[in-house]
Amino acid sequence: MIKTEKKGLLAIEGFPVMLVFVVIILAFMKTAPNAFLRPTIYMSFLTYNAPTLVLAAGLTLIITAGEIDLSFPSVIAFCGMVFAYLFHITGMIFIPFLAALAAGAFIGYMNGLILTKVGIPSIMTTLGTNFFWTGLTILISGGVSLNVNPIKGSLLHTLLVGRIGDLFPAQAIWSIGLTIFVWYLLNRHTFGESIMFIGDNVNVARVMGVNVDSTKIKVFTLMGLMGGFAACLLTFEMTNFWTNQGSGFLLPVMAAVFIGGTSITGGEGRVIGTLFGMFIVGSLETGVTASGVGGFWTRLTTGLIMLGSIALNIVLDRTNGKRLCFFDNLKNSVFTKGLKKE
Amino acid sequence: MGDKNFQYILEMKNVGMRFGNVEALRNINFSVGKNEVVGLLGDNGAGKSTMVKIMTGVLHPTCGELHIRGKKVTSRDYNVKKAHSYGIETVYQDKSLGEKQTLWRNFFIGRQITNGFGFINIKKEKEIANNIIMDMIGFRGVGIGVDSKVNKLSGGERQGIAIGRAMHFDADLIILDEPTVSLSVKEVHKVLQFVEKIRTSGRACVYISHNIGHVYDIADRFVIIDRGMVVANFSKEEMSLEKLDEFLLRFASKKRGDE
Repeated sequence: MIKTEKKGLLAIEGFPVMLVFVVIILAFMKTAPNAFLRPTIYMSFLTYNAPTLVLAAGLTLIITAGEIDLSFPSVIAFCGMVFAYLFHITGMIFIPFLAALAAGAFIGYMNGLILTKVGIPSIMTTLGTNFFWTGLTILISGGVSLNVNPIKGSLLHTLLVGRIGDLFPAQAIWSIGLTIFVWYLLNRHTFGESIMFIGDNVNVARVMGVNVDSTKIKVFTLMGLMGGFAACLLTFEMTNFWTNQGSGFLLPVMAAVFIGGTSITGGEGRVIGTLFGMFIVGSLETGVTASGVGGFWTRLTTGLIMLGSIALNIVLDRTNGKRLCFFDNLKNSVFTKGLKKE
Repeated sequence: MGDKNFQYILEMKNVGMRFGNVEALRNINFSVGKNEVVGLLGDNGAGKSTMVKIMTGVLHPTCGELHIRGKKVTSRDYNVKKAHSYGIETVYQDKSLGEKQTLWRNFFIGRQITNGFGFINIKKEKEIANNIIMDMIGFRGVGIGVDSKVNKLSGGERQGIAIGRAMHFDADLIILDEPTVSLSVKEVHKVLQFVEKIRTSGRACVYISHNIGHVYDIADRFVIIDRGMVVANFSKEEMSLEKLDEFLLRFASKKRGDE
C-alpha cells in the first residue's frame, strides 16, 4: 500500500486559500488600482471585518465538533443591546462590557445544554434560539437603536477599537490574536483534540474517555462568548446599537469557515484557512464595491462562492480512505448529522 | 488500589442493563482472575458488547455491582478515564480510532501528555507513538508514520494500532472485542501471540470473537451468554473444541426455533 503524505507548500495549513486570496487581491489591484494600491482600504477592511473574523474563528471550532451554530446573529444583536442599555442605565463602561460577554456565553451555554441534554440537533436548536434572542432584543428595545457616543475616548474604547498610530485599528489585533488563540486551542490543546474526535466519530470519542456532552457545551459557550466579544467590537466601533445589527453576519461568517476548508462532516478544522477565508469574503465585499460594480453583487458572489466551497468540500471529503458519493457525504455533514440517530 | 489479596481483577455481580423497554442484560455474574484469558462467546445481539461497555465504563449498569481488584466501584463515578487509570484497556472491533486524525493523536486521546494548562506535549507524544509504531507493532518500512492519518490504513493496520495502544498503556486487563475481524492470517497470529504475552506477564484478558477456533486456542475459561444471560461458564479442561462448537450451535438453533 502506497501512502502519500502532503509535502512542501501544500502541507502548510490553509495554503490553497492563501493563494486564492493573493490572486483576488492582485485582480482587484488591477481592476480598482485607486482603491487597492492605497492603505486606507485595507485599514477599513480590517476594521469592519474584525467581528466577522472573531465569529468565524469560533464557528470553526463548532463545525470541527460536527455541529453548526446559526444563532450568532442574535448574539451580536442581544449582546450589543445588553451593553448599550447597561451603559445608559449605569454610565459605566467596563461592567456593561463584561455583562455583554456574559450574556453571549449564556446564550451559547443554553444552546449547548439544549442540544446535548434535550437532544435537539444543533441546526434546529440554534435556528430556534436565533429567533428567540432576536425577538427578545426587538421586544426589549422596541426596535429602536441606541446611541452610545459617550464611550468614545474611554480607556476600553481605545483598547478595543482605537487606532494605533492613527491608522491601524486595534480590533484587527484583537480578532487576529483571538484567531491565533483558537488555532492553539484546536491544534495544541486537549480541548481541541476532544473537539476533533467528537466531530470525527462521537462513539470513538466516547469510548476513549472524552466527555462528549461537557465538551460540546464548552464549545458552544465559547462560541457565545466570542459572539459577545464580536458584538462589543461592533457596538464600540459604531458607538451605536441597532436591533438588526447581527443580520448581516450569517453569510460571511459561514462562508469564511467553509471557504477555509474546515471539513463539513466535522473532525478537521482549519483555523488559518478560516482567517484567509474571511479575508477572501471581506475583500470580495470591499473589492466588488470599489471596482464600481453594484453592491448587490457582493452578497450574490459570496453566496455562490460559499455554496461552491461547500460542494467542493463535500466532494473532496474522504471517509474510510475512499471518496464517498456526494449524497453520502452530505448525509454526514454538520447540517444533517444530528438529524439521524447515531 | 484495593485489597492486595484480591481474587479477581474484575468481577460483575448481578449486573443488569436496560435500554428503555429492552432488557439487554439480566443477572450477569462474570469474573476475570489474574493470569487468565476468558473467552466471551455468544450470538450476535446476545449482549457481549454491552458487557464490554459496562466493564470499560462507557455505560453505567442499571443494577448490580462492579468490583475491580476486589474493591467495589460506584457506577456513577466509574467512567472510561477511571477504567484507564485502573489499567483496563479495550480494543474495539473498528470503533476505537478517529478516522481523520493522525496516529499520534489516536494513541493519546483521552489521556494526553500535557505541558500544563492542558496544552499537549506534541514532541513527546510523537516520540512515544513512533516507538509504538516502529518497535511494538512493527510497522517499520511500510510508510506509516506518526503523522499518517487513520483513513489511509488498512483494517489490519488499524487493529494493529489499537492493540499497540493497549500494549503501551501496560494494562492489567485487556478486553479485545473481535480483534481478528478483517485481519490477514499473519496479523491474526500476531494478535494471538500478543494475547499469550498478556497471560504470561501476569495480566488478564477478556477475548471476544466469533471465531471459536481462535478463542479455544488461547482462552482458559469460557463464558457463554445468550439473550442477556450467562448460560454457561466452564474451563477449558471441561470441554473439547468439538463439544464447545456443538454447545454453541445448540443455543443458536434453540433461538431460531423460538422465533
